[in-house]
Amino acid sequence: MSAQAVYVLWLRDMKWFLRAKGRLISTFVMPFLWLAILGMGLGAVIQMPGGGSFIDFLTPGIVGMAILFSATMSGVSVLWDKQFGFMKEILVAPVSRISIMIGKALGGATTSIIQGVMLLFVAALIGARMPGIAGFLIAFLFMIILALGFVSLGLAIASRIGDPVAFPIVINFLIMPLFFLSGAIFPISTAPGWLQTLAYINPVTYGVDGLRGAILGTSQFPLWLDFAVLGLFSLAMILLGAYLFKKMKA
Amino acid sequence: MKPAIETRDLTKEFNGLVAVDHVDLQIEKGELFGLLGPNGAGKTTLIHMLCTILPPTEGTAKVAGFDIHRTPDSVRKAIGIVFQDPSLDGRLTSRENLDFHGRVYGMDKAQREKRIADVLKLVDLEDRAKALVQTYSSGMRRRLEIARGLMHHPKIMFMDEPTLGLDPQTRRSIWDHIQMLNKQEKITILLTTHYMDEADYLCDRVGIIDHGKIISLGKPEKLKDELKGDIVSLEVAQPKKYVEIFQRAKYVKEVTVVKDQLHLTVTGGERTIPKLMEIVTRRGGKVRSVGLRSPTLEDVFIRYTGRGIREEEAGAKEQMRMMVRAHSR
Ligand SMILES: Nc1ncnc2c1ncn2[C@@H]1O[C@H](COP(=O)(O)OP(=O)(O)OP(=O)(O)O)[C@@H](O)[C@H]1O
Ligand SMILES: [Mg+2]
Repeated sequence: MSAQAVYVLWLRDMKWFLRAKGRLISTFVMPFLWLAILGMGLGAVIQMPGGGSFIDFLTPGIVGMAILFSATMSGVSVLWDKQFGFMKEILVAPVSRISIMIGKALGGATTSIIQGVMLLFVAALIGARMPGIAGFLIAFLFMIILALGFVSLGLAIASRIGDPVAFPIVINFLIMPLFFLSGAIFPISTAPGWLQTLAYINPVTYGVDGLRGAILGTSQFPLWLDFAVLGLFSLAMILLGAYLFKKMKA
Repeated sequence: MKPAIETRDLTKEFNGLVAVDHVDLQIEKGELFGLLGPNGAGKTTLIHMLCTILPPTEGTAKVAGFDIHRTPDSVRKAIGIVFQDPSLDGRLTSRENLDFHGRVYGMDKAQREKRIADVLKLVDLEDRAKALVQTYSSGMRRRLEIARGLMHHPKIMFMDEPTLGLDPQTRRSIWDHIQMLNKQEKITILLTTHYMDEADYLCDRVGIIDHGKIISLGKPEKLKDELKGDIVSLEVAQPKKYVEIFQRAKYVKEVTVVKDQLHLTVTGGERTIPKLMEIVTRRGGKVRSVGLRSPTLEDVFIRYTGRGIREEEAGAKEQMRMMVRAHSR
């Protein structure tokens, strides 16, 4: 493991993130629209089962969504690096594959967490309920675990797919159902049985529930359970990502 | 003194296609060695195996004294590489590209800063060091790739077609840089090319490679001298018709057909031309044009393979590469 290599790969991701203004805006606009339009539009007509406003309920879900999508999508940088040849420069260096994978994972996780946090502030601006310091820190912890898990999943898929154009299609196909079946936009407890079952086996459910518990103080499962399930899932993804990344052809 | 590079039976197969075929090669320290061969000859594959990013199917190699199988990391630290295809990050500045390289090769801050200044100076890119690489011309990018390969003080440099697709002036300036690295910085260089003039002008020794095999190896002068004589080219209709007749003439040493031309290796070119033309006329043929010159490495290649090195190429593939290079970031 080379700390220098991990750091410089992370640094490069940060530079890209800050330089690509267009991408920055577009990854932010979609969740914002969800929050503003869905939250305010539907919020006017929807009565939440346990009381409270719909936008309060929706905020943790949309924060989770922003992280879920941007973390998984960040794997595409591997494919662009291959396409433009820079991957050769990385892979021929005297550093282990695992350092490269960790550097990439931390870079992708950081950018998606930044987006999650920014979204939380936007939600505050349009009137969603905000947590205290402790709640915020717990939410932050859930964001990190969620991001690391899905960045690793993205890297795992990227190391099996060669084509940077096909990648987002595959990811959307995979992530969309995970998002819709996670309780991000409707409460699971009142959903039909089959939907509940699907939600229970979906790791994103526990991420969203954990975020909701941290931000609103009410969650369906105890926070330790959310933490344990999501943590195990993310650990598994990190191991899978590291394994597949190591086997990736130069 | 141990050689800088030594290969034994080095072989690479891609699904039955033998790209590199049992190559035994020895390159001494301080040498500027050229691998000359047409598209698909196996040059890049050979370099990739020596750089440890492609595992050989068979055989071994030692680079800078280190075994490519057993100690790939030591090999990697000792070599610098200029890949055939572009491999810079266009969204970073050249300074940032070099800094990235310095860090992954484990250099500390002071070392990096000094070396970045040095290598940028070496390739005359100091003025543009703060611009994003995507705004560079292809010649500037190539120079930056050379600078980057030098960052970590490699003992051996691999350069895969360092001047592919560049204009004549830029090629010249890159040649100068390469020579300086070899002579002043005492770096052993293995470069590949399919430009005859490049191999001839730059290299101490040249290995001609075709279909994965080294078919001839030596100093450029020696390779050319082996042909002993001048090359007469005759442009005629149906050149194949005359091959046998010329082979019988005692002053003709070799005959090859290259497109619509006959290439004849002869002794005393000036005096034999009239005789050669007479033979064609007597058969009712007509000589459309005549050429006389000293042998080049191209003729050496033709002699060993029976075809021209650039015959089927300078075509689609190279043009596409140039376009890719021009468009990439
Ligand atoms: N990854 C690969 N998979 C399958 N075949 C390959 C692969 N890489 C190279 N080849 C084949 O191996 C042969 C040698 O290719 P190589 O790139 O080494 O040639 P080269 O001498 O560098 O040619 P050029 O002058 O065009 O760069 C070619 O026939 C090529 O198609
Ligand atoms: Mg090549």
